[in-house]
Amino acid sequence: MISASASTSILTIALLFALIILLLSLFIGLIRAWLGPSVEDRFSAVLLIGTGGVAILMILAIVLQIPALYDVALVLALLAVVGTVALTQSETTHD
Amino acid sequence: MIDSLAVLAVFFGLFFFLSGSIGLLRLPDVFSRLHALAKADNIGLAFVTLGIILLEPSLLNDIKLVIIWLLIMAASAVSSHLVARRALRGERDDD
Amino acid sequence: MIEILWFLVDSMLVLLLLALAWTTCSSRDVMRAVTLFIAMGLLLAIIWARLKAPDLALAEAIIGAGVSGALLLSAISDYPSTAITSHRSPLMHGIINTFTLALTILMSWAVWHGLNMSDGVRLSEQVSSQIPVSGVSNPVTAVLLNFRAYDTLLELAVVLTAVLAVLILNDKRADSAASSPLLRGMTRWLVPLLVVTSGYLLWVGAHAPGGAFQAGAMLAAAMILLQLAYPSIHRGFNLYLLRVLLVAGIFTFVLVGLWMMSANDDFLAYTPAWAGTLILIIETAATISIAAALTLAYIGGRPTGWETGDHVITGKEDAG
Repeated sequence: MISASASTSILTIALLFALIILLLSLFIGLIRAWLGPSVEDRFSAVLLIGTGGVAILMILAIVLQIPALYDVALVLALLAVVGTVALTQSETTHD
Repeated sequence: MIDSLAVLAVFFGLFFFLSGSIGLLRLPDVFSRLHALAKADNIGLAFVTLGIILLEPSLLNDIKLVIIWLLIMAASAVSSHLVARRALRGERDDD
Repeated sequence: MIEILWFLVDSMLVLLLLALAWTTCSSRDVMRAVTLFIAMGLLLAIIWARLKAPDLALAEAIIGAGVSGALLLSAISDYPSTAITSHRSPLMHGIINTFTLALTILMSWAVWHGLNMSDGVRLSEQVSSQIPVSGVSNPVTAVLLNFRAYDTLLELAVVLTAVLAVLILNDKRADSAASSPLLRGMTRWLVPLLVVTSGYLLWVGAHAPGGAFQAGAMLAAAMILLQLAYPSIHRGFNLYLLRVLLVAGIFTFVLVGLWMMSANDDFLAYTPAWAGTLILIIETAATISIAAALTLAYIGGRPTGWETGDHVITGKEDAG
């Protein structure tokens, strides 16, 4: 998985740093999901996790050498909008 | 070397991801938060995808990565539109 | 250095997961809980990917992030927003929290203990040795559709039973709000794309992560999107065909099983030469059934005209 040559392990270290930074931004988005006064605020955090997740999966595909993770990223990208549509098109009844 | 270019691209994209999530947290209004989120989605993911494309040897997977990015762009645009619409509706209905 | 970084990545993932799980369970506002639950589904997909389990990551992404999200959001939209709060007493909260904490500690200890035990005979080695006769090269599909096919058959039966319960209890929920032109425009090209991807996942399941459940859930997501963007489209369903599609998966599965029983003296014992083709046939039928089932579950009940048995709704129907 992690080869011994110098260039690939520097690459791996750099990509792992990238993963950590991405997870950090997910954390920050999560705070908004916890706080966000309105539903739309919370849902924006879900969108952030979706796109951040795609980025994380792309990087993991390279680091772990699993090309199948591109399919998972593709699926996340395709379904990112279905959740939003479900939220906005299903109206809670107001009385 | 291609590896360094790729890492540069990924970290450049991460800058936008991070600033997008900080914007999501610190901006005052749900609409400005959506705006910040869109930057993370579009530009952040664009550069991360570019970096991963540089690292991925298979052409088929590269095409898949471009498709993923295009789908996220479309999903992000429509999602922002729908969520903003819902937020507007909520303000008008005053619940 | 690399180990430290991986440890950091893993710890952050675990902390994120615990934070999401805790806040989901402890939220009194159900809308917030549902949103956090969807986020947790996405995070779980990432975690499965990190654990090098792409099949699980794929399933979790489609079902947890896509279909479950839509199902939950539609379910709570039936209630007025002011009523969506939890009414548990603080004592009950305390009991549940203590119990959950104890369970978490117990399972963490169990996993830790298991990781430190000596290696026995690894199940993955046994599976890998049998792959050549299984008819597929993806070990997950081999296990699901060949070695443990009976379990999958029963899983399909469980899904069907759940859908039957939904159909018995309710009529379909009210049509959703009018959709924007932007949504309709996007749906027009996204739904075909989702259908094609579903077919791709079904086909690729033989040699790469994918398979019937992922493909079926993806197809269901496509139908859900269609239903949300064009709220009256359910009136065009051929309800007789829908019934057939619901049971097609189990029917095909049992048919193949019985045929193999007559050929090989055992229910669902595939002849190795035909195994690949049989698996593909079963998976195709299962995909369609799972998609129909999840779509009906999303719709929430009997579509219009279900009881009268009309095939298609016309303007003035009065079956009598």
